[in-house]
Amino acid sequence: MLKVTEIENIDFRVELLEEFSEIIKRYPEGKHKAALLPILHLVQAEYGWLSTESMERVANFLDLQPIEVFEVATFYTMFFLKPQGQFVLEVCRTGPCCLVGAEKIIKYIETKLGVKEGEVTSDGRFSWRGVECLAACGMAPVLQIGPDYTFYENLTEEKVDQLIQDLKQNNEAIKSDSQIV
Amino acid sequence: MSDKVKVTIDGITIEVEPGISILNAARQIGGDVVPPAMCYYSKLEGSGGKCRTCLVKVSKGSEKDPRPMPKLVASCRTGVMDGMEVQNITSTEVTEARKGIVEMLLINHPLDCPICDQAGECSLQDLSYEHGLSKTRYEFERRTFDKIDIGDKIQLHMTRCILCYRCVYVADQITNNRVHGILGRGDASEISTYIEKAVDNNFSGNVIDVCPVGALTDRTFRFKNRVWFTKPVDAHRDCPACKGKVTLWYKGEEVLRVTGRKDQFGEVEDFICNTCRFETKKTSNWVIEGPRNIVNTSVIASNHYETLKPLPVIETSQVLIDANKVEFDRATKI
Amino acid sequence: MARKLLLENVNVPGIQTFEVYRQKGGYRSVEKALSSMSPEDVVDEVKKSGLRGRGGAGFPTGMKWSFLAKPEGKPRYLICNADESEPGTFKDRYLMTHIPHLLIEGMIVSSFALGAKTSYIYVRGEMMPQIRILERAIAEAKNAGFLGKNILGSGYDLELYVQPGGGAYICGEETALIESLEGKRGNPRIKPPFPAISGVWGCPTVVNNVESIAAIVPIILDGGDEYAKIGIGRSTGTKLISASGNVNKPGIYEIELGLPVEEFIYSDEFCGGIANGKRLKAVVAGGSSVPILPANLILKTVEGNARLMSYESLAEGGFQTGSMMGSGGFIAFDEDQCIVRNTWNFSRFYHHESCGQCSPCREGTGWMEKVLHRLEYGHGKMSDMDLLIDVAKKIEGNTICPLGDAAAWPVASAIRHFRDEFEWHVNHPKDAVERNFGLGNYADSLDKLVEAEN
Repeated sequence: MLKVTEIENIDFRVELLEEFSEIIKRYPEGKHKAALLPILHLVQAEYGWLSTESMERVANFLDLQPIEVFEVATFYTMFFLKPQGQFVLEVCRTGPCCLVGAEKIIKYIETKLGVKEGEVTSDGRFSWRGVECLAACGMAPVLQIGPDYTFYENLTEEKVDQLIQDLKQNNEAIKSDSQIV
Repeated sequence: MSDKVKVTIDGITIEVEPGISILNAARQIGGDVVPPAMCYYSKLEGSGGKCRTCLVKVSKGSEKDPRPMPKLVASCRTGVMDGMEVQNITSTEVTEARKGIVEMLLINHPLDCPICDQAGECSLQDLSYEHGLSKTRYEFERRTFDKIDIGDKIQLHMTRCILCYRCVYVADQITNNRVHGILGRGDASEISTYIEKAVDNNFSGNVIDVCPVGALTDRTFRFKNRVWFTKPVDAHRDCPACKGKVTLWYKGEEVLRVTGRKDQFGEVEDFICNTCRFETKKTSNWVIEGPRNIVNTSVIASNHYETLKPLPVIETSQVLIDANKVEFDRATKI
Repeated sequence: MARKLLLENVNVPGIQTFEVYRQKGGYRSVEKALSSMSPEDVVDEVKKSGLRGRGGAGFPTGMKWSFLAKPEGKPRYLICNADESEPGTFKDRYLMTHIPHLLIEGMIVSSFALGAKTSYIYVRGEMMPQIRILERAIAEAKNAGFLGKNILGSGYDLELYVQPGGGAYICGEETALIESLEGKRGNPRIKPPFPAISGVWGCPTVVNNVESIAAIVPIILDGGDEYAKIGIGRSTGTKLISASGNVNKPGIYEIELGLPVEEFIYSDEFCGGIANGKRLKAVVAGGSSVPILPANLILKTVEGNARLMSYESLAEGGFQTGSMMGSGGFIAFDEDQCIVRNTWNFSRFYHHESCGQCSPCREGTGWMEKVLHRLEYGHGKMSDMDLLIDVAKKIEGNTICPLGDAAAWPVASAIRHFRDEFEWHVNHPKDAVERNFGLGNYADSLDKLVEAEN
C-alpha cells in the first residue's frame, strides 16, 4: 500500500507540462494513456523519484484514475517510489555479468559506500541496487546511473573508486564525460 | 439449429451457439466435465485465463482443421469450433496439470480455513479438496500481508488472495470509479487501494461476492457464524439502485448477511447494491421467495434439509411451506 | 571473412549521422521500395528471403507479415521490439548505438510493406542513451524527406516514434509490449486474438525485433533470393551473435548462419577461445532461456557431427541433447564456473521478471528460486533435483506466455546435463560454499551411440 509521504501540492514546471503535451501527440486521439511511461520518466528525472503526489498530478494531467498510475509505476522496476540518493548506482547482477565478477563488484560497492542495497548514504549522495540484465553482457560487469542512464562498463574495483570520486567531486563533469555505449 | 456448432467434451457431444467458450459449453453439459474456474466470471468482461485451473486438452481442433492444439488451453478463453473434441477429466495430462496448478495456488495460501469466513463456500477449498495433494512439498516461508479494512464494510486479507483480478474487473465495470487495483509485480503483486482510500462506491460490495477465496470479506458478517450454520433464503425488494434480488442468510430469525444469488458455478445472477447488502438486514425489508437452492455437493446444503423444520419466515405462507418440502425431498433423496 | 549485411559499415567514422550513412549507400532500399515496388512486392521478397524472427522465436518474418489483417478504415501498426532484455543478448543495443539509421531505414520499408502510417520503436527504458540516438536519427531522416508526409514524392506518409519501456523483461513478449505501449502494466494478453488481428488499440499490429527489421534493408536491396543463398538450409542470412561470459573477445559478431560452433568459439575472427587459458565447460547458446549444454554437446551433436550456428543444428537432439538458437545470446562458461549458482541466478531473474498474472509462473518461479538457493548454499536435499524438474514441468506449457517455458527450461536442462554437480552440492555442502565442482567430465568426448539391444 502506498502512503502519503509529504503533504504538498506539486506543480510541474511549465516546460515540463509542454513536454508532456508534445508526447501525447505521438498517439492517436483518445489514446493518451500511452504517454504514461514517458511522462513518468520525465517526472522521475525532475524529482529523483515518484511521490504519490506527483503521480496523482500525472493522473490528473492524463485524465486517469490515480490507481491506474500506481499500478503502472509499481510494475516497472525503473521507477523509484521512495527517495533515493542523488546518484543511484544500478549494478547488473544477472548470469553473464556474474561470470566475470559482478558479485565481487557489488560487494565492493556495498563496502565502499557503507550502505545496504536500497539505502541512502548519510550525505544523501549515493544509493545502489542490484538490477537484472542490462543487455550489455559483452562489456560486463556493468552499472548505470540515471536519469540519463549513463553506462559504466568492464568494471574493476579501481574503476568503481574513480567513478565514486568523480561523482563526489564534480557532478557536471560526469555528465559531459559520459560515453554512450 | 443449423447455425449451431457441435462440440464433444469428454465424449459427450452437445450443440452450442458458435463463439462461446469451451468452458461455457461444458457448463451446458454440467456435472463433472465442467472445468473448475477460479478467475473466470461470465458477467465480467475480459476475466479469465489467469488461474489456469480450467486448462483442457483440445484433441481435435475442428472438423475443418482436425489438428490437436499443441498445448493445453484455458477453456474459459478458448472458443468452440464445429467438430471440436475436448478432453477434460478424461485426460491425465489435464488432471496432472490441474494438480500442479492447485499446488501452486496453495504454496503461498495461509490455509487458515478454520478462522476464515469464506470456509464452506470457498472455491479454493473445493478445488483443493478435489484436485489437491494431501501434503505440500513447499518448505519455505509463505508470503504474508497485513489485513486492511477498505472502509467499514469490506476487509481485504491479501494473504489469502490468489490474484484472480475479478474484483478489479468489478470495480472497472460495475462501479464508476476504480480506486483499487493490482500493485507490484510477480509474486509480490497485491490488491491494494489508492493510498488507503475506502472503496465507497454503492456497488463496491460486489467484490465480496466475486472473490473466490476469503480475501475480500463482509465486515458486517465477520465471525458471526459459519456459513453452513446459516440458511439461505431468496428474497427481493423494490430497490431503486439494483434489481434487489438477493439471498438472505438466516440464523434463526436473524439475517446475518445479504449476498447476491449465486448459481451452481458460484456466480451471482445479478450484482446488488450496498444498500441491499449492508443496510437492509431485517426480514421486514424483504419479500421472501423461498429457500435458496444450493448444490448438493456444497457443505451449506448438507446441513439444511435433513429434517423438515421450516424457518419461521417460511411458516407464514403455504406456498413457501410446499416449496420447502420439495427442496427437502430433493436433498434427502441423495 | 564472411560477408556482412548489417554491420559492414559499422566502423565507418560518423556512420551514426544521416550524412555519412547516406554517403555509404544508406536509404537506397527506401528509394527502391517506394519508387519501384508495391507493398506486396516487399512482403514477397521478405518471404523469399526466408528471414526468421531474430528476437528468439525464429518465426518466418514474411509469413508473420502476411497474417496481418487489413480491414477497411482501421489503421495498422508496426512496432519494433527493442526491449532487449534476454540475459546474454546485447546485439540490439549495439546496432542502435552504432548504426541507428539502419533500423530507421528498415522501419520505413517495413512500415510501407504493411501499410502502417504510424510506427513505434519500443526501446527498453534503461537504454535512454539509445533512445536519444534514435530520436536524433529520426529527426535527421525526417529532415531529409525520408519520414513524414509524401516520402520521396511517393504519396506514402509515415511518422516514426520512440517509446521507452520502464524496466520489465516481460515487455519483450509481443502482447505485453503492446500493453506497455498503451501505458499499462506489461501483462501479456491471452491469445487469441493475435496482434495481427487485434494488437495495439485493437488494431492489426506486427511486432518485429530490431535485427529482423534491419535485415529487411539488405533483403530489399539484393532481393530475397540472394539473401536466401546465404546461410544454411532454412537458416538463411546472417545473424548477430552476442558473445559473453568467459571468452577472450566478448562482443557482437555478425556470422553467416551455419558457422561451426567450435570455429565461433576458438577462431580469432570471433571469440578467440576461452579466456585465461581455461577450458570450456558449458554454453548457453541463445540467451538465458534456452537449454544449457555441456561443452561436449555444444561442439558436437550426439551423433558426432559438428554443431553449427543455425536454428536447426543448435536444436538437433531436441531437449534431450540439443538447445535453441533463441536470440543469439551466446554465453560461455569456463571450468571454474558453478552451474548450480548460475542456474539459481537465472531462476532469480525469472522470478523477478514474472508479471504475476498467471499462477504457475507467479508461484512456480519463486519456488524454483528458493530451492536452487538452498542447493547452492549447501542446504539442499537429494530429492530437490526431482522436485525442481517436477515444478519446471508444471510450469512449462501451462502459462499464458512463454516466460513460463523460459523459466523452466534452464532449470530442467541444467539438472538434465549437470546432475553430478547438483548432487555434489548436496553431498559436499561445505565444499559447495567454498569451492567449485570444476570441469567434471563435461568436456570429455562422448561415446559413439549404439543401438539398444532389445
